Amino acid sequence: MSLQSPTIQRVKLRNKPSRTADKVFFGVARAAGYSSIVIVVAILFFLSIRAWPAFEQQGILDFTFGSGWDTTTTPPTLHIGAMLWGSFLIAGIGVAFAIPMAISIAYFIEFLAPKSIAKTATVIIDLLAAIPSVVIGLWGLGVFSPTGAGWAQMINQSLGFIPIFQNESGTFLRSPFIAGIVIAVMIVPIIASITREIFSQMDKEVINGAMALGGTRESILRKVILPTSAGGILGGILLALGRAMGETVAIFFVLNLSYDEVNWLNILEPQGGAIASLILSKFGEATNDEISALLAAGVVLFIFTLIINAVASYIVAKAQPWRKA
Amino acid sequence: MMDQQFHLESKDINVWFGERHVLKNVSLQFPINQVTALIGPSGCGKSTFIRTLNRMHELIPSAGLAGAVLLNGEDIYGEAIDPVDVREKIGMVFQKPNPFPTMSIKENVLSGLKLSGRKIDNGAELVETSLRRASIWNEVKDRLGEPALSLSGGQQQRLCIARSLAMGPDVLLMDEPCSALDPGSTRRIEETILELKDSMTIVIVTHNMQQAQRVADQTAFFLSEDGDPGHVVEFGATNDIFHGPIDPRTNEYVNGRFG
Repeated sequence: MSLQSPTIQRVKLRNKPSRTADKVFFGVARAAGYSSIVIVVAILFFLSIRAWPAFEQQGILDFTFGSGWDTTTTPPTLHIGAMLWGSFLIAGIGVAFAIPMAISIAYFIEFLAPKSIAKTATVIIDLLAAIPSVVIGLWGLGVFSPTGAGWAQMINQSLGFIPIFQNESGTFLRSPFIAGIVIAVMIVPIIASITREIFSQMDKEVINGAMALGGTRESILRKVILPTSAGGILGGILLALGRAMGETVAIFFVLNLSYDEVNWLNILEPQGGAIASLILSKFGEATNDEISALLAAGVVLFIFTLIINAVASYIVAKAQPWRKA
Repeated sequence: MMDQQFHLESKDINVWFGERHVLKNVSLQFPINQVTALIGPSGCGKSTFIRTLNRMHELIPSAGLAGAVLLNGEDIYGEAIDPVDVREKIGMVFQKPNPFPTMSIKENVLSGLKLSGRKIDNGAELVETSLRRASIWNEVKDRLGEPALSLSGGQQQRLCIARSLAMGPDVLLMDEPCSALDPGSTRRIEETILELKDSMTIVIVTHNMQQAQRVADQTAFFLSEDGDPGHVVEFGATNDIFHGPIDPRTNEYVNGRFG
């Protein structure tokens, strides 16, 4: 308690830069740091100004959650609900396919593969992440779609009694299912490389301990490795989800956009949506009202992506309190 | 079988990591209800050796082995033997306490049963007896649901011992179990070792000469000279190794002149 007696004077210990070079460096670094915040806020602000007429004309809730895109009515009906839901649905399908794949890849690289193969595999995974999305889109359209439609048909034939696998249109191309798999290809590398990093930071003695207790590879993965890494992996998944939500070209190539009706869960039907693809498909010949609406769609996408990323970083930070030891 | 008189026995164990021959012709016998200490300077292969006793090298792709480890006369490296079964009979405690960070104290004790897919009948009773045998019950009985990492280092190590004991092993291997602990915790673990040896066979790697003399009935001195593979220089009753060693190198080592 004597430490807090008023006679002791406390000084700040934080070091201020004194030399010129130090001051310049300090200034540049601080400017760069703050500018990132300013840029994000500025983008959101100016987008919102341009988007405001659409929000005003359509009403924010109707615009965001309603359905229909019709320029022939007055005022035009420009609602993005079907697209917004489609973004979530496709991202969800993509993540569902990507998670087991990515975790298996990470496990193989970190725990099973001989060193040389592990190194090669790591490089190849990173290369996969570097493929431009338009190339993946072309692959999805030209190569994968027919195969994917075949898979979809098989699923429909064997599991068609489950509502989400029903298909009344008779065509299996250009569905959320196919778009979701194409997205999965794009986000597997993200989740795999983050998961591998998390696995590599695990205390190997904990794994040895589990093995010495009679654990099998499977039970050690399920009961020790995954629970210990769960927070980090979840953060990686949300990061990938953010990427999936924003994906434009690849989805545009392989999905039939349906503006008027929300396709809630019929993932094998050739109708779906994605906000980014909506913007791409409509922007070229848009009316003034539409341009404002598309910018507003951008704002909505931006906000949802920001929320996902914020949740991701919160989870990653909170995830492994025992690491702080 | 002819080797029934020894509970656990290694016969001409050789180990390679890649091209490197790290352990040569190690033949030791571990009688039931006795504590065997493995001593020797760093890098002499004693930790490598103790890990051959429950097949812990199998995650290292470049590791190779020759020789046999007989548990009750049966080679644990035999074709028909599942390493998971081996590790259920031969438990291990490591240098650094390694409780499972996501599990509570109680869950850590039962973790071996869950990992090996065994059924847990009367879990509460097993938790109590295991923690009692590891002499940590009184310290944790009111906080079994708390995370294992809330314990001190010495308590974590005793929890790891309890975790091994819950599997009901015949043999307990300890790889420098006290090297990360303070003298008080070390003493408590040594007391636990002396209590446990009535019901099992214990092998302990230690750098601490006093510890070897306090707990071990017999002692093996490992040495790796000039890059040669590690081997056993001398093996016998602890008293003989420390007070009347035959080999001059043993004499120098136990009297602290190198290593």
